[in-house]
Amino acid sequence: MEMLSGGEMIARAIELENVEYIFGYPGGAVLHIYDALFKGCKVPHVLVRHEQAATHAADAYARATGKPGVVLVTSGPGATNAITGIATAYMDSIPMVIFSGQVMSHLIGEDAFQETDMLGISRPVVKHSFQVRHAEELPLIIKKAFHIATSGRPGPVVIDIPKDMTKPDEKFPFKYPSSVDMRSYSPIQRGHAGQIKKAAKLLLSAKRPVIYSGGGVILGGASDLLTQLARELNFPVTNTLMGLGAYPGTDRQFLGMLGMHGFYEANMAMHHSDVILAVGARFDDRVTNTVSKFCPGAKIVHIDIDPTSISKTVNADVPIVGPVQTVLADLLTQVKALRKKDKALPDAQALDRWWRQIDDWRDKHGLWTADRFSTDGEQIMPQQVIQSLYRVTKGDAYVTSDVGQHQMFAAQYYKFDKPHRWINSGGLGTMGFGLPAAMGVKLAYPDADVACVTGEGSIQMNIQELSTCTQYNTPIKIINLRNNYLGMVKQWQDMQYEGRHAMSTYEDSLPDFVKLVEAYGHVGMQVTKLEDLDAAMEKAFAMKDKLVFLDIFIDPTEHVYPMHIAPNGSMKDMWINKHERTS
Amino acid sequence: MRRIISILMENEPGALSRVVGLFSQRGYNIDTLNVAATEDPTLSRLTVTTVGDDRVIEQITKQLNKLVDVVKLVDLSEGTHVERDLMLVKVRAEGSARDEIRRITEIFRGHIVDVGPQVFTIQLTGAAEKLDAFLVAMEEGSILEVVRSGVVGISRGEKVLRL
Repeated sequence: MEMLSGGEMIARAIELENVEYIFGYPGGAVLHIYDALFKGCKVPHVLVRHEQAATHAADAYARATGKPGVVLVTSGPGATNAITGIATAYMDSIPMVIFSGQVMSHLIGEDAFQETDMLGISRPVVKHSFQVRHAEELPLIIKKAFHIATSGRPGPVVIDIPKDMTKPDEKFPFKYPSSVDMRSYSPIQRGHAGQIKKAAKLLLSAKRPVIYSGGGVILGGASDLLTQLARELNFPVTNTLMGLGAYPGTDRQFLGMLGMHGFYEANMAMHHSDVILAVGARFDDRVTNTVSKFCPGAKIVHIDIDPTSISKTVNADVPIVGPVQTVLADLLTQVKALRKKDKALPDAQALDRWWRQIDDWRDKHGLWTADRFSTDGEQIMPQQVIQSLYRVTKGDAYVTSDVGQHQMFAAQYYKFDKPHRWINSGGLGTMGFGLPAAMGVKLAYPDADVACVTGEGSIQMNIQELSTCTQYNTPIKIINLRNNYLGMVKQWQDMQYEGRHAMSTYEDSLPDFVKLVEAYGHVGMQVTKLEDLDAAMEKAFAMKDKLVFLDIFIDPTEHVYPMHIAPNGSMKDMWINKHERTS
Repeated sequence: MRRIISILMENEPGALSRVVGLFSQRGYNIDTLNVAATEDPTLSRLTVTTVGDDRVIEQITKQLNKLVDVVKLVDLSEGTHVERDLMLVKVRAEGSARDEIRRITEIFRGHIVDVGPQVFTIQLTGAAEKLDAFLVAMEEGSILEVVRSGVVGISRGEKVLRL
């Protein structure tokens, strides 16, 4: 049998897992591993400029491709720097395997140089974690880590590796398992047939139905099935922030995003519905508004692979635990069978009334159908920037974002027709995600258009990655919605703190972004007039081999609407604009 | 409502911290906690008593089941079960109090396991309520030290928690 050192085993295992990139940063505790990678590993390593960026890049790679992201960092600060990115992936259920270096086994617990308790510090934000105690266990541990990260409800898995586990002169027989069987972990494969039948009957009895689907549909590869089911039933569909693209954004049955900054028609339809089909969504507080007032007349069917998501905040009338893909397939079969028996289902007249009601809502305050923002001023409106991006990329770009107003505008105005295209930190809300994420996506799909929609606040949280983009030639387009404020903080201060802008402006301290990106070897352009916007956007995307930073000056007074009225509001209680509210 | 949740988990380093961490992370209460290896050295059995309404208990059991190290779990309070807590109490025992303490200990079917000129150490086992009652029965101020194992429990009848 082949004899390998711990470091070599890691290199080989990564190859055997068909990993495409390792995102990482070297340091003392992982030097044996880096040496093994250098000597012979087919998988390229991307050297970031900060470990947080490694985790975001790997995470976004996973979001775009559906394959697990792989990260390698050193002990101590390398490990702690990775935590924000691990937590980001955990909150959005993204499959990742993180290899973290650790001090030598005999030094653990002695406050050694660059020692941190990585298992302890990462415990609340990982799906699972391992610490290697014997080098010969490495192949099985790595196999388990990939298995756990990618199956069931996906998530990040940490493997903490004391340096002495990777010594080059200590060799062990290497046999990489082809599969792994764990008595304590076996994710469910099918939903309960009886429950699925019950769900089908309830759906077919609905008069005011809505399908509410989340990121789980994308993670579970069930977008096609969801679309088939919605069309079979002629039901309206709303997506969560994480679920955008699971149902085609340009389809007539699509109501847009729901929730705090969701579409008026989506929130209204949810509130007034009699049956909700929730798929791969978790009734997040940014969706439900006040839970006790959530959709008072609705019976809820909830499909999720994670039993803890079901009836956690909102009670499910028909809970179905299982992978969205197999459950939706079974549900579709049931629905078709029931309709064959009774062609009058669902009630077409009731549905027709429901659709007319929804169309009324759309006409009244729909984001894409009504006049939602002022277009007569001198200044560029943020919504116009996203519309321009949408036009120029023909709706087919991968769009990453950071966190704040720009994120909501992108989610509202870029109509995603395909899953895996919208890449954002929905659960944790991590500023600094967008740039390294765009890098990870561009490495996965070098020929695709990749845009990072950001703001001056977020972009500066990981701006050092412009250097990584130079090194690995990742010609992404950075769309900076510049309003000289931390926009979402300012919006809340405007609305709830009488306009006291505590620490939400940088005054005159912003860098000249054009010069800054030029210093890294990229192209920067400033856009201040609406008439130049489309041309600049086109020019940026025409430069196929250049990273282009568009610094676009937008109206700093603009807010994101609709916005749920909180506290104590329901789904239907929204600010429509600065002056108008629904209740 | 008080519940006794009994867990079989992998006897792996860090497994206990995952369980305990889950409780603090999600704001659940732990009243008592007991953990030890079983006849199968690869498995530990952990018993935790907690309080919460049905919704909270449902979440706790689901969240525990989700932990990769947890192999099997049962809420003992759902059926008939035997529960035991072990307590060692050191009490001041002087003069006429010595007889009185021996009588009370007998009533509670406890044992005096250590005797000193001025102190007794008493061992008691039983359901948690019985141990509480014993402490109340002791003369005020006489208790010097109390240590309890935390609740362990097992289902009555044929029902077993094993792989």
